[in-house]
Amino acid sequence: MNENVQIENAMTGMLRLERMPHIWCPGCGIGSVVTSFAEAIKRSKIDQDKLAVVSGIGCSGRVAGYMNFDSIHATHGRAIPVATGLKLANPEMKVVVFSGDGDLISIGGNHFIHAARRNMDLVVICVNNFTYGMTGGQVTPTTPTTANASTTPYGNYEYPFNLPFLADACGATYVARWTSLHSRNVTQSIEEAFQRRGFSFIEVITPCTTLYLRRNRLGDGVDALQYYQNNAVLQHGIDTRLTAIELQGKIIVGKFVDREKPTYLDALNKCNAKLIGDDYQLYGKTDPEKKAEAEKKAAESGAAAP
Amino acid sequence: MKIVTADPKGVEAGPHFMDGDHAIAEGGLAAGCRFFAGYPITPSTETAERFAERAPEVGALFIQMEDEIASIAALIGGAWGGQKVMTVTSGPGFSLMMENIGLAVMTETPMVIANVQRGGPSTGLPTLTAQQDMMQARFGSHGDYNIIALSPDSPQECFDLTVEAFNLAEIYRVPVFIMTDETVGHMHEKVVIPPADQIKVVERNLYQGNRDNFRPYAFNSRGDNPMTRAGDGYRFHITGLTHNERGYPVMNSEQNRILLTHLIEKINGNAEQIIRLDEDQIDGAEVIVVSYGITSRIAVKAIQDARQKGIKVGSLRLITVWPFCEKRIRELSKQVKAFVVPEINYGQMVREVERCAAGQCKVVSVNHCGGAVHDPQVILKAIEESCQ
Repeated sequence: MNENVQIENAMTGMLRLERMPHIWCPGCGIGSVVTSFAEAIKRSKIDQDKLAVVSGIGCSGRVAGYMNFDSIHATHGRAIPVATGLKLANPEMKVVVFSGDGDLISIGGNHFIHAARRNMDLVVICVNNFTYGMTGGQVTPTTPTTANASTTPYGNYEYPFNLPFLADACGATYVARWTSLHSRNVTQSIEEAFQRRGFSFIEVITPCTTLYLRRNRLGDGVDALQYYQNNAVLQHGIDTRLTAIELQGKIIVGKFVDREKPTYLDALNKCNAKLIGDDYQLYGKTDPEKKAEAEKKAAESGAAAP
Repeated sequence: MKIVTADPKGVEAGPHFMDGDHAIAEGGLAAGCRFFAGYPITPSTETAERFAERAPEVGALFIQMEDEIASIAALIGGAWGGQKVMTVTSGPGFSLMMENIGLAVMTETPMVIANVQRGGPSTGLPTLTAQQDMMQARFGSHGDYNIIALSPDSPQECFDLTVEAFNLAEIYRVPVFIMTDETVGHMHEKVVIPPADQIKVVERNLYQGNRDNFRPYAFNSRGDNPMTRAGDGYRFHITGLTHNERGYPVMNSEQNRILLTHLIEKINGNAEQIIRLDEDQIDGAEVIVVSYGITSRIAVKAIQDARQKGIKVGSLRLITVWPFCEKRIRELSKQVKAFVVPEINYGQMVREVERCAAGQCKVVSVNHCGGAVHDPQVILKAIEESCQ
């Protein structure tokens, strides 16, 4: 019976077990998000052969290598354009970008805003731990002002991005934020994102125990979860301009944006259908080809008849 | 390898009056490319425009990305999504692509990248010709690796070599470069596109075995290794990290040796099959002009004039610039007095000629800093001086 319990955990079939153990530190929040992701895949019953995971570089960038799906570990910041290419080349794929704040928003920021603008059909999960973990705790575009990082040793004096506002302003059609404490909500948001089409953005605030928490004397992983418990404020549908994060302040969580808009491929297909004909299909057969096929078929059946 | 005839849908057969940039787009479509991601940059933009115009009727995908970094990243995703992919750019955009050219090399991703060269460095001469990126094509991304680069000398060759570039990319699973230049890119000439049934196209070799034995790579220093595509159920993983044949990261010196040996030797070891040269009156020549791209068209005049003056001049045109024709230059260096190497840069491919000639004969660089083609008289003078 115990064996069955082991086999039937949320990670069954989801992870490349031959790649375990993973590289993440004790208390890190990435694992929780991966578990939520795996649970969402299971629950949504999507065809797992048609799911691809693309990551960039960094701690969260390792997710693509651990998930048991078609997966690409791309260069730093380039997960979104690689995912865009994959989706456009093979539209039946469900493509998930799983990466960190430094990767997606700093070096990859330009790709992020353009994919949102195009309403590219991607699910983008951003693990936001306010720091570059793998390179040793440097400041990122989401590090709260005054927080300490290895490259802001006297406190961060820059203004951070508010990611839900950024995604919303750029045209994302689904925007949610949770913390790694909210594992069920994260699962639910990913599930919702799987069911819909367009650019879906899910930010998950997670603790980086080794660097961000320690540098800022914020305790360990449990202390971080306690902080999330005490300070997360659920505000579904709130104006994203009001969701900025301050150092150890309240964290507004919830589903902020959920709207319908044609995706990039919808718009492309519509434009080309006008040009070519209603049955236009990307990579599909053209009208003359279909006509030739129909004629051939008719000729064959005609020849067979007498 | 599976060779088929071209899909007629992408082939605009017949004679055309066409520039080199457009011919590159037509070559891609004829070769079965249905995925173009690019960013506008002079003097290459006409290729993107042609592809964008033709894409709907062919059922192909054209996307103008936010920059060249995104363009080549999208090609990597597109190729693993199952498509034949291409982009086009020029100097500054080529520089931006370098990091992900490394990822394409590392993940053995077939793609074709055309560089319509303009004068540099930096923004340089956006509308004027050069051949200054020849070394960058070979060595521009960090780390040790190998690629294939072809250099067309006419719009017709822009078409022909783009088809060939796609075939080489499929066989060797490597980025293949069309190293053309502004002059050829914007030159209008007769381009004859053959009927589809006369265009040979190498189909992607897709893995079809069972899941347990699946490997995205085979480190055997050979070409024609199977690839896969997203959605086929093999659950591939590819990474820019040093990896094993399963695609999983392995962080040690020995694995890097195995991987690099394969990446480099799959090209070097097959150089004889890959390299194409256009030789003219090589036998008995005292001097051989080694040239490529537009410069070879200019050199023709100098060679004719030199022959009229009684000098025995041969011509060696590099159709394949990378891998470099080391063996042939070594052989010829023992037979001639000199190689004369005109190119529109401060002396790039001439270094390869010098390396291979290894002091056996003179090597004369006829360099030009770009913005124009050579005056044939300058090449003629170099020929005359070199055989004295």
